[in-house]
Order: sequence, then structure tokens, then C-alpha cells
Amino acid sequence: MRDEPLVLGIETSCDETGVGIVRGHTLLADALASSVEQHARFGGVVPEVASRAHLEALVPTMQRALDTAGVTLADVDAIAVTSGPGLAGALLVGVAAAKGYALAAEKPIYGVNHLAAHVAVDTLEHGPLPEPAIAMLVSGGHSSLLLVDDLTAGVTPLGATIDDAAGEAFDKVARLIGLGFPGGPVIDRTAREGDRASIAFPRGLTAPKDLAAHRFDFSFSGLKTAVARWVESRERAGEPVPVADVSASFQEAVCDVLTAKAIDACRANGVRTLVIGGGVAANSRLRVLAEERAAKHGIAVRVPRPALCTDNGAMVAALGSHLVAAGVAPSRLDLPADSSMSLTEVSVAG
Amino acid sequence: MLVLALDTATPASMAALVEVTADGLFGVAESRTVDPRAHGEKLAPEIAAVLAEAGYRPRDLTAIVAGLGPGPFTGLRVGLATAASMGQALGIPAYGVCSLDALGRAAGPGRVLIATDARRREVYFATYADGARVIGPEVAKPADVAVLLAAAAGDPAAPGKTAATGAGAGGLAGQTAGNGAGTGWLAGTVDRAAGEGALKYGDVFGVPVEEHLLYPPGAALVALAAEKIRGAAPGEQLTPLYLRRPDAVEPSARKPVLT
Ligand SMILES: [Zn+2]
Repeated sequence: MRDEPLVLGIETSCDETGVGIVRGHTLLADALASSVEQHARFGGVVPEVASRAHLEALVPTMQRALDTAGVTLADVDAIAVTSGPGLAGALLVGVAAAKGYALAAEKPIYGVNHLAAHVAVDTLEHGPLPEPAIAMLVSGGHSSLLLVDDLTAGVTPLGATIDDAAGEAFDKVARLIGLGFPGGPVIDRTAREGDRASIAFPRGLTAPKDLAAHRFDFSFSGLKTAVARWVESRERAGEPVPVADVSASFQEAVCDVLTAKAIDACRANGVRTLVIGGGVAANSRLRVLAEERAAKHGIAVRVPRPALCTDNGAMVAALGSHLVAAGVAPSRLDLPADSSMSLTEVSVAG
Repeated sequence: MLVLALDTATPASMAALVEVTADGLFGVAESRTVDPRAHGEKLAPEIAAVLAEAGYRPRDLTAIVAGLGPGPFTGLRVGLATAASMGQALGIPAYGVCSLDALGRAAGPGRVLIATDARRREVYFATYADGARVIGPEVAKPADVAVLLAAAAGDPAAPGKTAATGAGAGGLAGQTAGNGAGTGWLAGTVDRAAGEGALKYGDVFGVPVEEHLLYPPGAALVALAAEKIRGAAPGEQLTPLYLRRPDAVEPSARKPVLT
């Protein structure tokens, strides 16, 4: 097993500072520092606050990862870092640090795509990914459906949100009904006490005319507004807002659209494996609904455990490990932080 | 002792190698690219280049010195993240020094204003007497720097603290014009100025600008940390001199969607 590459991964694209270490497909360490609490009162991630926190957290997070894995930088075969997409200033801290580590330890560096890393992390838990596969990545920053032909070379975007990301919709609705930030976990919890069929919220881009142009795209902005209108009319009428029912019905609307389109993407491409990643993949209703619907069509659903679904360093290390094993050339020391990095680019060409 | 100096507090990304001996220091190699948007891409190759040029490897380094700014945040963090990670990887100390101090030291004897571009029509500035910092570092509109320095110097004819707190550039421009051509408000408080901000706002400051001294030199950064390097002092957490709080607005009450 010593022949498998020892790869270190650094993630700073949003508000989590992550350093992960893998050997082959085995996770050795996944150290994380989060600035989420510093953003709570702003109701969303403040880029400059996130960037400051990354700079403070990087060295200690790296040390924890190395100590946990029981390795030194000298032992590492390659260093991978999220090059994009993400918050430009936040990405730059991780990329600069990764270059410092690579330069000082004289190791190859791979600038990798954050979304492809969300897919790759599943192999740490469930082994090699059958290809082609469909990946659905849903978080506060992204909502995408991807066709994964070859994780190290090509990922084809099928669709994405045309307005808010799924996680963003959770945050905004949570704020609307007074549940705080981040919205995902608290709505998931609150929804358990509610009736998901009690309010018929709209399903964006599912009408036949929308499907023609946006079969695999998402829209959550209209849903968010519909929830706001519904809550406001109750308040104006002087009636109490049934927070649990609103949470459950909103969550159902999101999960219904996500899973319906993901299964449709699998069937349209003759694919029998669906991988779900990103913070929203931790949503309990999404997992259940995806399993239920996939089972009807003989599709296997793979969802990494919640700690691997949210942003972390392990996912970057996992993708780096794939790239090293596939013999992909490393990036160069002038690799950029690319806030709008395209999915057609799994790693920055050397 | 071979020391790596890094600074990304100005539009220049700079990497230098400096040899520190018991009684002196001398520059070995220095590389600088002036491009305010490219620190993230340029700095690491520059480090590799100065090492290669001088025939050294990273493991030959004894210490790292990094400019803590003040400077535009995104670029500034590139230098500090790089310095901190290299220090950690090599197991050597990294020290932080004020980037303006490096310019102040390099400017030599006399009373000098150091100013760098803080964007938003402001400068980061500090003043130095024979290389030692007197005022700053602070961030202000160029016109207000003149007012602040005049006030600090106790000039009774200074346009007053009111201008410094409110009137801004417009008010001061009028005052300067009325004060006679060629005599800026800095006259009497400093003799000359250096730094790219001093060059950019030279007409406001009205003192001679040392155009050869626009960006922090590597040797001056290392000189500021020479005692610590020679004494093998423990490394430091490299915290930027931000001087400004993050732009962040707490959300206001929710807007109604029903009309
Ligand atoms: Zn993500």
C-alpha cells in the first residue's frame, strides 16, 4: 500500500479552511477551521472576513492535519489546492500557502477544481466511482448537475442554478422565518416537526415550457419569494406562522426538484450511479427522496457522510490523489486562483 | 545566514535573498514585478527564480522576513500566506515587519513621508526621522495627510483639525492654493517623500519625491529584523496591518414582498 500516493489537499474557497491528507483512497487526516460564526450576524459569508480567517487558520490547521496523519511535508508526494471556483480573495490565501508548501518542500502542486473535488471525495468512503456517473452538487455556493466521464480529465456540466444556489435558498428562508444562519441544518431539524404537504410551494423550472430550455437547470429565487409572500400574508392577517410546516414544505419543494432532475439526468444519459455532494447533501429529506426515486429506476445513490459533503481539505486531497495516480502533469508555480474556474478544467494544466 | 524577504503590500511583488552576517548584511538577489493584480501568480515563481539565480535551495534558508503592510488586503495576504507556509515547511522562523518601515529605513537620513496607495483615493502613510518611525502607520486621504502632519507638528497656521476630520480633499485644495504656489502643507513637517503613493499624489503633498524609492526593498525588510535573525528569535504569527475593518453590512429588516 506504500505505493499509493500520499497527497495533501488545501481548501479555502469559501468560509472553511481545510487541510486533508490521503494515501490513495484512504483518508488519513481531515483538519478543518471554520469562520461560519463570524458571518452569522451578516446572514451570509462576508468575503473579506473569510479571507482574514483563512490566513489565521492555515498554519495551525496544516499542523493538525500533519500530526493526525503522522506524516511530515517531506513525506508527501504532491500538494493539491482548490484553484476555483469560489471567493477570489479566499481562494488566493490557500493557493499562496499551497505554493509556499510546494516550493519549500520541493513537491509538485496541483491547482484543482472545487466541484470536481466534491465528486472525488466520495471515493474515500465508497471506493472507485463507476464512470460515467451523474453528480449533483448542492451547497450555499453551487447547485450543479454534472456528467462525470473521467474524474481526472473531463466533467461535463449538464445544468446549474440560474439564480440562487440551493443552500442559499435555505439560508434566506431560515432568516425569513427567524431560524438563523446557516439555514440548512436548522430547517432540516425544524421540518421534522412539520407537514411537508401542508403548503404547495412552487417547483422552479419544472413546467413543460421551462423544461424545454432548462431541463437540468435549477431556480430557487421564485420559491424563496413565494415563501416570503406566504409568511407575510399570514403575518398581515395577524395569524401565527407555522414555522415547522413552512420549513417542511419549503424543504420538500427544494428536494423534489433536485431529486427529480438528478434522476432525469441519470436516465437521459443511461447512467446508473448518482453521487450527491455539497453541504445540502447532508439534508436528511434529500437523501431519503433521492434513494426512493433512484431505487425505482435501478440507480445507485452515493452520498458521502456529512463531514465530507461540506467543504473540506480531504476532497481536494482525494482529487489530487486521482490526478497523481492517473499521471496527470502538475500545475506550475504561477497557477492562478480562478474564482470562475470552468468545470471543463479539472486541474490547472502544467 | 541566508534570509528570504517577501513583500506584497504595494503593486510590486518582491522576493529577495539577503545574507546576514554578524556585523552586516548584503543583498544576494532580488526580483520584483509591478502588477497590482498578479501577486498570487508572480510571487512564488519569483522566489524560485531568486533561489535558482543564486544557486541555493529552499532548505538553505535560515529565516524569512515578510512585509506586514499596510497594503491592499488581497495582495498583502499572498506574501504573508507564502512566508508563513514556507516557514512552517522548512521549520524556520518567519518575522513580520511594517512595509512602510522598510521604505522609511531605505530613505535614509532626514524627515521623510512614506506613502503607498491604499486605493479608494487614500494612502497608507507614516513619517520617519532618520529612518525611525514618528507618525503612523495610518490610512487617510492624501490631502488629509498634509493636515494631520501639520497639526502634529503644532503649526498654528495649519488649516486645523476640522479639515482633517471632515473637509477632505476639496477643502484642502483651496487652502493649498491660497498658501502660495509650490508650498504644500507638508513643507516644514517633512523634507521629502517616498513610496508609490507619494509619487501618485505628489501634487497634493508638494514635497520632493524620491522616485527611485517606490516599493519596499528586500534588504531594508531584512535589516529591520536583523537582531531577531542573529538572535534566532522564535518566529511570529504574520498578521497583516489591515488598518481598515472589513466592508460588511448587517442585514436590515426584511423588505415586504407583498404590495
Ligand atoms: Zn463546495
